[in-house]
Amino acid sequence: MEKGIILKVENLNVELGGEKILENLSFEVKEGEVLIILGPNGSGKTVLLKALLGILPIRGKIEWKPGIKISYVPQRLPFIKDIPMSVKEFFDLKNVSGKESEDILKSIGLGKNILEKKIGDLSSGQFQRILVGWALISNPQVLLFDEPMTGIDISGQESIYELLEKLRKERNLTILLVTHDLSIVYKLATNCLCLNKKMLCYSAPKELTSERLSQLYGGEIKFYQHSHE
Amino acid sequence: MGSLMLTKRMALVGDALGHVALPGMGLALLLGLDVSFGAFFFLLLGIFLIWLFEIRTSLPTEALVGVIFVASLATGFLIVPKPELLEALFGDISEVSFGMAIASVVFSILIFLVINRIYPRMILANISNDLAKSQGIKIKKQNFIYLLSIAAMVALGVKIVGSLLVGALVIIPAATSRNLSKNLKEYSLGGVVLGILSCFLGGLLFKLTGLPAGPLIILTSTLFFLISLIFKPR
Repeated sequence: MEKGIILKVENLNVELGGEKILENLSFEVKEGEVLIILGPNGSGKTVLLKALLGILPIRGKIEWKPGIKISYVPQRLPFIKDIPMSVKEFFDLKNVSGKESEDILKSIGLGKNILEKKIGDLSSGQFQRILVGWALISNPQVLLFDEPMTGIDISGQESIYELLEKLRKERNLTILLVTHDLSIVYKLATNCLCLNKKMLCYSAPKELTSERLSQLYGGEIKFYQHSHE
Repeated sequence: MGSLMLTKRMALVGDALGHVALPGMGLALLLGLDVSFGAFFFLLLGIFLIWLFEIRTSLPTEALVGVIFVASLATGFLIVPKPELLEALFGDISEVSFGMAIASVVFSILIFLVINRIYPRMILANISNDLAKSQGIKIKKQNFIYLLSIAAMVALGVKIVGSLLVGALVIIPAATSRNLSKNLKEYSLGGVVLGILSCFLGGLLFKLTGLPAGPLIILTSTLFFLISLIFKPR
């Protein structure tokens, strides 16, 4: 594998239930990059993440750098609030040491007293941070996020962006993030992959044109970037 | 075990498997064998069928279990010898020999140890199948061990509470525990404690009143559940 390349995907095809979900995807991810996978609902973004994790049958080639540790943060965990479980117990599902717990809590900006709290009692912002923390256990090099902003308000989203940026620098992470939210692209991404079953674009965010976006979302799209200086 | 069944939304499986045990119990009675053996054998069959159907079709477990259990109940009703029918359906504690009681305790402890072992992996799988898979957990294998444990529990429990109520034996204490607990440890152990308490008190009531122990145990269990509703933190 080429130096600096952490993931190589060639002609990836995924079919589920007789339907083609992903068609002929080919791309590369460099170490330390933030790749945003952008696309409307139903475009196969979650399926792509699952395929990259190796938990789905695929045709084509997915090659990760040997020995790499990957963590996954799914979009929704609908059943977790039903179970009486403390944050500490949630972390313990991954056999984490006390010291590592402490480090991770510091990284995600939460105090030690959150460990005793019931998962069901956390605010959505806290819960999201805990999920990120969970993903960080055992020091992965790559994080796969599926729509991390789901159910979080705008100010909460700001802090998650900052958290991801901070973690990326701190731990030299490579991040693959799935979203349908355009604003994240400009804030975080090194590279952007537009997905709607097929790969419709693969470029730096600056090069994301209105035409491409229209093609992606199927309609007239204009993107205005304005600063808040 | 009850706590796992609730989180997996498989509360009905306990009931259903109790019904599946019935034809097995009937066969055992006809052949002069211990009902638990017959029950266990049929349960293995039932579980195997459920497991097989789940792989072959994409029907959810509950639908499959629903079909198998009503069929079993109907079949069982036809097979079980008439004089023993009530006992098969609702249990008879006076039929349990001392030797069998000791064996039950031993097997219960074994089941407890097995469930304890697979607990974290099962909880993770219940929270998210994908997370568990990404951690390298072999979900099919864990599920199989779990179903096997349920079968063993049902085979043991049918003697005391019968095939109709055996599911409730583990589910109600777990539901009660869930109302009262703040974390997994309290939740899982609470279910055990409440289960034991219900059996003990139910047994005591049986001694005092002479009424069938099975229903008394379940009613005691239900009483605890109702009390827990009052004390459930908002």
